[in-house]
Amino acid sequence: MTEQDPQSPGPAAWSDAVLAAALVAVDPAGLGGVCVRAPAGPVRDTWLELLREFLPPGTPLRRVPLHAGDERLLGGLDLAATLGAGRPVAERGLIAEADGGVLLLPMAERITAGAAARITAALDAGEVLVERDGLALRIPARVGVVAFDEGAEADERPPPALIERLAFAVDLDPVSTRDVADEGPPPEAVHAARRRLRDVRSTDAVCEALCTAAQALGIGSLRAPWFALRAARAAAALAGRDEVAEADAALAARLVFSPRATLLPAPEEAPEAPEPPPEAPEPENESSTTPDRPLEDVVLEAALAALPPELLARLRQGLAPRSRAQGQGRAGAVQKSRLRGRPAGTRAGEPRAGARLNLVETLRAAAPWQPLRRRQAGADARRVLVRRDDFRITRFKQRSPSTTLFAVDASGSAALHRLAEAKGAVELLLADCYVRRDQVALLAFRGTGAEMLLPPTRSLTRARRCLAALPGGGGTPLAAGLDLALELALNLERRGESVTLVVLTDGRANIARDGQPGRPRAAEDALAAARLLRGRPLASLVVDTAPRPEPFAQRLAAEMGAVYLPLPHADAARLTRAVQSARPSGT
Amino acid sequence: MAVPFPFSAIVGQDEMKLALLTGAVDPGIGGVLVFGDRGTGKSTAVRALAALLPKMRAVDGCRYGCDPDGGERLCEACRAAAKHGPLKSHLVPVPVVDLPLGATEDRVVGALDLERALAHGEKAFEPGLLARANRGFLYIDEVNLLEDHLVDLLLDVAASGENVVEREGLSVRHPARFVLVGSGNPEEGELRPQLLDRFGLSVEVRTPDDLPTRIEVVRRRDAYERDPQAFIHAWQRQDSKLRRRLVSARERLSGVDVPDAALERAAKLCMALGTDGLRGELTLMRAARALAALEGDAEVGDSHLRRVAPAALRHRLRRNPLDESGSTVRVERALAEQFGE
Repeated sequence: MTEQDPQSPGPAAWSDAVLAAALVAVDPAGLGGVCVRAPAGPVRDTWLELLREFLPPGTPLRRVPLHAGDERLLGGLDLAATLGAGRPVAERGLIAEADGGVLLLPMAERITAGAAARITAALDAGEVLVERDGLALRIPARVGVVAFDEGAEADERPPPALIERLAFAVDLDPVSTRDVADEGPPPEAVHAARRRLRDVRSTDAVCEALCTAAQALGIGSLRAPWFALRAARAAAALAGRDEVAEADAALAARLVFSPRATLLPAPEEAPEAPEPPPEAPEPENESSTTPDRPLEDVVLEAALAALPPELLARLRQGLAPRSRAQGQGRAGAVQKSRLRGRPAGTRAGEPRAGARLNLVETLRAAAPWQPLRRRQAGADARRVLVRRDDFRITRFKQRSPSTTLFAVDASGSAALHRLAEAKGAVELLLADCYVRRDQVALLAFRGTGAEMLLPPTRSLTRARRCLAALPGGGGTPLAAGLDLALELALNLERRGESVTLVVLTDGRANIARDGQPGRPRAAEDALAAARLLRGRPLASLVVDTAPRPEPFAQRLAAEMGAVYLPLPHADAARLTRAVQSARPSGT
Repeated sequence: MAVPFPFSAIVGQDEMKLALLTGAVDPGIGGVLVFGDRGTGKSTAVRALAALLPKMRAVDGCRYGCDPDGGERLCEACRAAAKHGPLKSHLVPVPVVDLPLGATEDRVVGALDLERALAHGEKAFEPGLLARANRGFLYIDEVNLLEDHLVDLLLDVAASGENVVEREGLSVRHPARFVLVGSGNPEEGELRPQLLDRFGLSVEVRTPDDLPTRIEVVRRRDAYERDPQAFIHAWQRQDSKLRRRLVSARERLSGVDVPDAALERAAKLCMALGTDGLRGELTLMRAARALAALEGDAEVGDSHLRRVAPAALRHRLRRNPLDESGSTVRVERALAEQFGE
């Protein structure tokens, strides 16, 4: 490896990224691909250029635009060819076009769960199954995926189902243009490794060591050790070996396991290494100097060494990284609402003012009349004569999703009183949301500020888990909580969703907006925040969790224009009814 | 994937394998839903099952793969032909049809044959996936991401066993009896309750957490990927043994006795759990009978009921929908009460 400056992680991250690119180029379909966390920029461009060189000349690289429809992604009817030929002609989609090569997904963090599922299905099967537009096709698609994760926030991540199927995740964020060194294997070596890959063998011990290391690091999915095994083989091929060596296994473990690790192994797993090695190991040396050490330890240590320090610290405290271990299943619900509704059949009509022509249905409508029209027009029998009344447009069912936003007071005073009951109340309401297929979002305020616990999601499993893990304690920054609720509600509204806000508090505000303690100012700020919420077209409900109905909570509700409900009297049925009556209308 | 992974080579995941096998012994159970962690081989198992199924007889030239002895269940063309003497048939593999995400409605239910319509001006029906899945399996991976309007179609057809197409001036009805098999990850979103109810059995899969099993999974997967043919050859005997078991279980199925005591047990169990409707009991009985047939037992006993009860009932509890993990526990608890430890 290269020399490393302990101050800057840049060069190390870059050389890992280059290695990952080389390994993916050796075995794109086998390794699934790589998730690259990087904004668009020169570093990323250079990396992509390198990957292009590593791949054999002529390898297809297809970029998938973020909002590519199914007809582009999977394939469908080629309209021009169909009309010209007078019979249905299929067109391959992007996934199939990338067969044998690489599929690029820019802005992968914004891809919908649905689109991701189409891509992962192709990754799993090595082919695309198209059942669209009267066509039934099975097209080979052995592709690798390069997902560019450009998320700015920690919780903006590509769909976990996709990340799971990519062997590597590299982070180019810390890499500056200065770190971009001309290194890595020469392209010819990568091409040669591609040819050699089939003959690379690995011993059972390597497989066992990788599985052991994956488990010690708390990696549940079996895809991880499986990818590591393939990566080790690709690394061996790259190094010109016919058999996987210790260094290859260590490299694979570092690249595949460290982004996935969720816990630190128990100390006895690696007794030889009491001091955690802060610098990346040099596998070449290690294999020669410590031949007597069990392979498991070498592999595990390699993975550990590559864990970023702050992650290591969090893991030590027993906190799994939220972004990967728990941040799952978010993408679907949020992004679906951006569609213009779901296709819900077709109807006759002209494609005007944004109405989308449905080609297949239009052709179907025109088809029965062809012999007649051809005779009338004396036209050549290969042309398809389409008239205005044949036009069919796609109807979209615009179901504006509604989101119930829970703002939960988790302060010390509330915790003392009835945080548990408040949680129970939220669970009841969640059950109600489940029945109506609503999305739910959860934010909590305590201490000196408010925190988004769960962005809008339809997965109630997650909502419940999130709620159960909510700790209580600290002051009551009611104003901050309401401000955050307003911000989120506005965001959702802008996307055309209807929002119901449920605030659960005991009304004892004692932290002002600026984070300073003090009851009077806190109360004033809270009321001011409540007034901002009034006037917004959102339904709201204040559930008073104080043991006795609290006058301030009542006043808060009045200022918000919300329905007020003291919890002592709130049973399941009343809560549900209150939420329903608070809702504007319908649904 | 040209050759699927052999079913008998799947390590662990016994509940999933058992549910798929019982579902294959008695299609009347109503399909299997496999929900669980990523990377646990859900799709692998379903595709493996396809390769395991014994071939079936189908009427020559029938687009719906009618059973020559189908009687009432024949399609119109076959019924008309049957009047003129016995139907000719040949052996075909049991269809296991994938319903991929992004499928359009016309391909699912069938529609006007575009090619013939455009080229020859003929109005002909082109059967869709539901027709192809008749008498076989319809597999939906990521079933919770399936578009709502497709789910509606499926619910209707799965309930009636018949696909009625009324579109583009076509009016067609054809048999569409299939076993619905779905898989997905609950974290991607919930399944609509109506669809959930359609599945006879529901299993939860978890990643194995003991090391030897995990190593074995990776090792076999690797052997398969490196040389699929040799791997399949190595497992061929096991697979054909399993296939024979499946065939004889099917033959034996109608002869398996369901004593009154077992019926009572099942009813008590369902009452204790407060399942909605009678479907829970029916499914429980059928699944227990299929299991008994699979194991070569002459009558349904407590052990059969006990083993299939979680899969048959866990998704039918009148439940707190948030308490997904709890439903398995509730079934186990009720089982312990009914049968004793």
